[in-house]
Amino acid sequence: MSAASATTVAPGRRPAVEGWFTTGERPALLGTRCRACGTVHFPPEGSWCRNPRCGGDELEEVELSRRGRVWSYTDARYQPPPPYVPRTDPFEPFALAAVELEAEGLVVLGQVADGYGVDDLRVGAPVELVVETLYVDEDGTERTIWRWKPVEDGAGVGAGEGER
Amino acid sequence: MSGEVVVVGVGMHPWGKWGRPFQTYGVHAARAALADAGLDWTDVQLVVGGETVRNGYPGYVAGATFARALGWSGARVATAYAACATGAQALDTARARILAGMCDVALVVGADTTPKGFLAPNAGERWDDPDWLRFRLLGATNPTYFGLYARRRIDLHGATPEDFARVKVKNARHGLANPYARYRKEVTVEEVLASPIVADPLHLLDICATSDGGAAVVLTSAEFARRRGLRGVRLRAVATVTPTFPNTVVDLPDFATDSTAAVAPAQRTFRDSIAHAAYEEAGLGPEDLSLAEVYDLSTALELDWYENIGLCKTGEAERLLRDGDTTLGGRVPVNPSGGLACFGEAVPAQALAQVCEVVWQLQGRAEGRQVEGARVGLTANQGLFGHGSAVILSV
Repeated sequence: MSAASATTVAPGRRPAVEGWFTTGERPALLGTRCRACGTVHFPPEGSWCRNPRCGGDELEEVELSRRGRVWSYTDARYQPPPPYVPRTDPFEPFALAAVELEAEGLVVLGQVADGYGVDDLRVGAPVELVVETLYVDEDGTERTIWRWKPVEDGAGVGAGEGER
Repeated sequence: MSGEVVVVGVGMHPWGKWGRPFQTYGVHAARAALADAGLDWTDVQLVVGGETVRNGYPGYVAGATFARALGWSGARVATAYAACATGAQALDTARARILAGMCDVALVVGADTTPKGFLAPNAGERWDDPDWLRFRLLGATNPTYFGLYARRRIDLHGATPEDFARVKVKNARHGLANPYARYRKEVTVEEVLASPIVADPLHLLDICATSDGGAAVVLTSAEFARRRGLRGVRLRAVATVTPTFPNTVVDLPDFATDSTAAVAPAQRTFRDSIAHAAYEEAGLGPEDLSLAEVYDLSTALELDWYENIGLCKTGEAERLLRDGDTTLGGRVPVNPSGGLACFGEAVPAQALAQVCEVVWQLQGRAEGRQVEGARVGLTANQGLFGHGSAVILSV
């Protein structure tokens, strides 16, 4: 899909899933927005609008807000079962956050950026989307994923940066 | 009571980690329920099985698997799957056939054999399966979601890890005398807090285990029960609701909520709507409840349920717990069976196990954990992929 063409992928470094996020300097999640009613969908699955009173079937790809506020957070202290692919041996715990994107009216889950844990988070705190390595393939390819990184409170958060 | 459906028999196989084929537990529970009803297997005109997705093809066709194991009798068959809400959906199928006058006697059975550790998705590369993708891309286990809900209680409502631990202490005490419970041991707040954290802020003892188990329920028309002189409790409601768009609480196994960009959220969250639908159907309300069995996948989630089923307002669940309202002897005991804290989850059997407990309570047969004078009981649970489940029974 067009997501692939908009994405510059360095050799040996590829998204763990195609078409869900961009990987440029200012990475963003990719959703689809209904041309009829404006409902936004993430992941960008499906070819029709899920608003039951809409019935629209024309969806356009959109970049979602890069900043949002923490809806809640937790962490994984034990290694998740397959198909999770651990990046390190032994396993290193990681945090996860559900983040509210005001402009889209969505809450999106994601892992929290490397180096940050639950002590760095609180409900309502601002975070920004980054792309980091999720795991390394058997052939050495780094598989990347979107993550939420705590940032200083400031302008732009919650305003959605007008990217929709 | 004409035109009504009654539960005339219930039965269970004890929960545990027995490692035997799931049919073993299902047949045991079915025979117990039939004996409890005073009916023979050959009296059953419809058998509905709760599907188990972890036990191969026999699990996918659970209704027929149980029918074959009990001995082919020519009964009609159905199989239902709704994740944790499977039992309610199976029950609803049986109830509908009876209400439609298509049969008088139905047997509903759910049983499971579970692997050790986290519940994991089915094997293989499944890039179009959100349940597979959430593990692959996020490492998001079921406790991840429980951790998110628990943290919101702390940051928004001032809950503490001690509150969560108190739920476990309460349920452990409730289940001490329950012969079907897997864990029958008192637990202290200190022990819960000393157990390792699995998904912050939840400790190992805050999160329910996965178990083997089986439960069965025999339903008949009220007319049939009267004719045969069977003792029964009234099945007042079975709510198997789905969410209303936009669903604004991120649910297992989703990556995101629905968008509120075009449509404002409904007045009730999905979890609020589950019991509400059952109350509407039964013409009853939370003030009528003598007890409730709710799905305490985590201790903190039990507190969410207090609010979701209308026992108190949002943010007041901790007070209800601390005041002892939901403890045996309190205003409205919650999980007198001991709940998932004492059972661990046997997915397709669990919603039926909740019904078994309410039936025993309403008939004054819950030895060692009886809610005195119980007249109305509610069960509530939620299965992933948008399955609500609430059952109301009354004397």
